[in-house]
Amino acid sequence: MVSEEVKATYEAVIGLEVHAQMLTKTKAYSSDANEYGARPNTNISAITLGHPGTLPKMNKKTIEYAIKLGLALNCEIAENQHFDRKNYYYPDLPKGYQITQDKTPICANGFIDLKMEDGTVKHVGITRIHMEEDTGKSIHDVDVYDSLVDLNRAGTPLLEIVTEPDMRSGDEAYVYLTEIRQLVRYLEICDGNMEEGNLRCDANVSVRKKGSKEFGRRVEVKNMNSMRNVQRAINFEIDRHIEAIENGEEIAQETRSFDAVNLRTISMRTKEDANDYRFFPEPDLQPLHVSQDQIDAIRAEMPVLPKALFEKYTKELKLSEYDANNIISTKPFAEYFEELIKYTKNYKSASNWMNGEVRSYLNQRGATIEEFPIQPGKLAELIELIDNGLVSNSVAGQKLFPVLLEQPNESPKKIAEELNLIQDSDEDSISAVIKEVIKQHPAEAERYKNGEKQLVGFFMGQVMKASGGKADPKSANKLMRQLLEEN
Amino acid sequence: MEIKDELIDHIAHLARLSFKGEDKAGIKNDMNNIIDFMGKLNEINTDNVEPLVFMSDQINVLREDVPKQTITHEEALKNAPKKDSDYFRIPKVLDKTID
Repeated sequence: MVSEEVKATYEAVIGLEVHAQMLTKTKAYSSDANEYGARPNTNISAITLGHPGTLPKMNKKTIEYAIKLGLALNCEIAENQHFDRKNYYYPDLPKGYQITQDKTPICANGFIDLKMEDGTVKHVGITRIHMEEDTGKSIHDVDVYDSLVDLNRAGTPLLEIVTEPDMRSGDEAYVYLTEIRQLVRYLEICDGNMEEGNLRCDANVSVRKKGSKEFGRRVEVKNMNSMRNVQRAINFEIDRHIEAIENGEEIAQETRSFDAVNLRTISMRTKEDANDYRFFPEPDLQPLHVSQDQIDAIRAEMPVLPKALFEKYTKELKLSEYDANNIISTKPFAEYFEELIKYTKNYKSASNWMNGEVRSYLNQRGATIEEFPIQPGKLAELIELIDNGLVSNSVAGQKLFPVLLEQPNESPKKIAEELNLIQDSDEDSISAVIKEVIKQHPAEAERYKNGEKQLVGFFMGQVMKASGGKADPKSANKLMRQLLEEN
Repeated sequence: MEIKDELIDHIAHLARLSFKGEDKAGIKNDMNNIIDFMGKLNEINTDNVEPLVFMSDQINVLREDVPKQTITHEEALKNAPKKDSDYFRIPKVLDKTID
């Protein structure tokens, strides 16, 4: 084992390649449906099957989605592009080549600023984003002699997002992936689900002595089907490399696969000869030209991105970073909040309700905000009742909110009145209750006067009980101290 | 450039073909002839000529994102040498190291 002190003299160099399946209705280069979960080999066409003489035709939507992501990641959008063929034989690639963009990626030279847990910002360069197509699926473990091939996925549009080797730890890679996932979901261009494989990630990892300008020997890690596993696989590789270097061993330049059961990586034993893809321009697809007008139109259609919302919530609405991050976690949740603050200016309370009662209602039911029964306007009315001192915060949460969930179209004020929840802030009536309570507990009142000031809690409890929870706690507390002293 | 046996082996492997004995000598001869012929083209000075990649000058030949079912599941599987009711069946392959 290598000591932590020795490990600290090394740094890791990590670049990620992310493949995102686009949420288009059709494939990249043909009109067969792009949908998950259909019967095998039904979403197919002569083009997808690679039959001779068929010609691909580019999906307009894919270009739009690629430009959206490129703009969100601060990329330059290439004015002139063409497609290339990447040639290799594998049964789930029926044409014998993948149509991709080798020479002219649609987006290049972007960046993303990651907000790390300790508050620092990590700048990660985006080398390029290019459009390509997915392969079909081979199933090897069902039949003893045959592999089974399903071509429903073949030709699904993919964006490949390649970073600069800027990341230095598995943690940074993890944060990068969470932000990419959040972005593609906000843009509604990809489901962003690594477990289902519509967002996939390969990691290039090497280590070197800190301060060194040279790169160490690089290893590519594949088959990590969750963001946590990317983090684990990278951390495993970093340790493995450092140990090998310390022991004077050579690190093989190879592709390794993550073993999620034993949390380690294993060599994929690639053949000696490197893959030779023989790229050349795809003659079957005409070149693309993207105009500035087109880019401007797409930019105008883009939703407000999580980063901008975070700035607004922390700077303008003065929410804590923690609260702001919870609100922006998903686009629909942020949209609900945006609606809510059209009806109430009590942003702090709005955020507390969203991140408190609303969130726990959704969590208990495994529901999403779209399924939440109370409309933003009604929730705002509830907040207003509290702001106006008509119900206490706790009564609103414990009594009013559950009833409103059952009767979401009812006015919260009407419910509060019907359930007799409107609190009493009338000083005379509260004073009467307090005087009665003091009369019933002369011994405690005496002890209070003799210095046991914590007994105010006991009296408050009695008053709330006697008033059926309706006494406004703020005025009750004030009056209580006053009357106990005078007693 | 001269085509040697190693290059024939490499290209044959990439194309999942195999050449032995006379066949290999034959294909080597053919490929050398092709390379020689292509070499002729290199005699022309193309210093100020942009590469011609696409034969037409059309750009942005695009398609709307509207699904169409053009062939059926049965038609898709029809020409496959081996299949079952759902899948194409192929000899078992395991090594997958391609990007």
